Amino acid sequence: MSAPQPLLGLEGVSKRFVRRLDLAERIAARLGARLRDQVVHAVEEVDLAVAEGEVVGLVGESGCGKSTLGRVVAGILPASEGRLTYRGKDITKAAGAEAKKAALKIQMIFQDPFASLNPRLKVAEIVGEAPLVHGLVGRAELADYVDEVLTSVGLDPSYRRRYPHQFSGGQRQRVGIARALAVRPEFLVCDESVAALDVSIQAQVLNLFMELRERFDLTYLFISHDLGVVEHLSDRVVIMYLGRVVEIAPTEQLFAGANHPYARALLAEVLRIDSRHRIFKPVEGEIPSPLDPPPGCAFHPRCPHAIGRCRVERPLLKQIAPGRYSACHLNDQS
Amino acid sequence: MARTAEPLLRVEQLETQFFTRAGVARAVDGVSFEVARGEVLGLVGESGSGKSVTGFSILGLVDPPGRIVGGRVLLEGENLVDAGERRLRALRGNRIAMIFQDPMMTLNPVLRIDTQMIEAVRAHHGVDRAEARRRARDALGRVGIPAPEERLSAYPHQFSGGMRQRVAIAIALLNEPAVIIADEPTTALDVTIQAQILYEMQKLCGESGTALVWITHDLAVVSGLADRVCVMYAGRIVESGPVDAVLDRPRHPYTAGLIGSVPSRNRRGVPLAQIPGMTPSLLALPGGCAFRTRCPNAEADCAAEPPAERRPEAGRTLRCHHPVGEAVS
Repeated sequence: MSAPQPLLGLEGVSKRFVRRLDLAERIAARLGARLRDQVVHAVEEVDLAVAEGEVVGLVGESGCGKSTLGRVVAGILPASEGRLTYRGKDITKAAGAEAKKAALKIQMIFQDPFASLNPRLKVAEIVGEAPLVHGLVGRAELADYVDEVLTSVGLDPSYRRRYPHQFSGGQRQRVGIARALAVRPEFLVCDESVAALDVSIQAQVLNLFMELRERFDLTYLFISHDLGVVEHLSDRVVIMYLGRVVEIAPTEQLFAGANHPYARALLAEVLRIDSRHRIFKPVEGEIPSPLDPPPGCAFHPRCPHAIGRCRVERPLLKQIAPGRYSACHLNDQS
Repeated sequence: MARTAEPLLRVEQLETQFFTRAGVARAVDGVSFEVARGEVLGLVGESGSGKSVTGFSILGLVDPPGRIVGGRVLLEGENLVDAGERRLRALRGNRIAMIFQDPMMTLNPVLRIDTQMIEAVRAHHGVDRAEARRRARDALGRVGIPAPEERLSAYPHQFSGGMRQRVAIAIALLNEPAVIIADEPTTALDVTIQAQILYEMQKLCGESGTALVWITHDLAVVSGLADRVCVMYAGRIVESGPVDAVLDRPRHPYTAGLIGSVPSRNRRGVPLAQIPGMTPSLLALPGGCAFRTRCPNAEADCAAEPPAERRPEAGRTLRCHHPVGEAVS
């Protein structure tokens, strides 16, 4: 093998949500009504390898499937198709102790620090429950361990008897991070983890993520719609549109010039504090429904460069330069 | 009266307080600013800075336990603070309109779009239904909604989030108001949809000369859209001025800190410049300058008394004892 083994590998991972017909609809369908199961193709055939110690930014707009992909990676949702590997081992088929081990190594930090913490538990219980259950620490050492984890995320251990509602948004997000860190993970999936925070608090939490990465050798899948945040943190950026990956590139190269028309449009819309009095020239149209994606390239109805082929044939994700991948027919021309 | 020189909206020493059981929260504490015809003013601040309450106070929409306790809001010369509810109702949606972060605050979920829009026109103008409907259709077309005639008979839930916000903007524009107050209208939207909305707002304000107050926490939006900016902290405007001047040469340490914590302003990988601590509760503000506990420039005199507003240069205001770039005495 030429490349070192990735920490996390995704091969052809898809996730579909199906809404089956209810009884009345099934009867109607029997009688000739045109009704069928509704299938949302949330994530379609994603291939991705994340190296150890890497920070991969996953970017896209609402409904592009980035959060679903994050949940599949974190093991919260099972993949409908495809294979996930962790340190070379297939974790989609793993069972028992091995599955549990993989699940512990990958932890998730959620967007809403108000909804993701149990309001009836004290911070010490929120942070201490999982390591105790999984036998990482004994009951005797638990209090000290919780204090240590709280300190590592910048919370005063004397807060351990408090309830989530007694914290501000930024502190609550720190509790969420402490909970994830308490089981000594290697891989963190952060789903819009700073989106709900004020700018000055967001900077504090982003700095904490970077500090923790150094200290615990963490690998991140950092999901965000905020390209500024992703640019700052990530080594590599993955851009999704309507369930599919459209471009993968090292961060500097992507921000120097994206290849895929959607990626270019997205980058052009990023508002920067240095771009004054700009004339906005937006991409037309909206993201199509994943219930009924357009044929061919999903972006073609909004793409200014679409050609005939884009309407009929789906472009595959191809390598266009070392480490850079893009799914666009225009790369075959020239 | 020289109509051109007079600002469309002038807020003078506005004070709004919330009388809660735990004490009096001074959510808006002596805020003054003005907006001229065709001008875009960005009102920037973090959660709890009083920026939204300022917006609500201008339209007289503060509910108990909140109350405007002082100051004036002059809309085309008329003081809205003294105006009765009847007069306010005649002005809201007519001469002054508001766009909310959540468009469902504007839209009634059980009424069709045309019903809501025709009502908004006919409440202020004596026109017949056909004319009101025509105006509604034109307004939808102006904000970039495709097939406005068909969309008029749809219900709010049949629109996407971005389209719904456009409908809310169309309703705000319906009676060609002199002033629009927009409270974080693009915060919940995606990047490409946000750009579409900003594009429409920019075009419409440029064409009609509507004065726009854009309330947001996002400095990048202000930088792209606004002509002038007011930065709020704990109920006060701590710094204001032209966008270029304030963002390029911030004088207040809070403004400088906010700009410093924007990721794109920092080099990749290096820690972000962060403001320590968090926004204090309005019920327990530190004495003197409210920012002093988080401020890198704070000295003993900052605790003694709150800094008065001064004008460091033409067109700018500042409330700080020890501004950025001033030698410590």
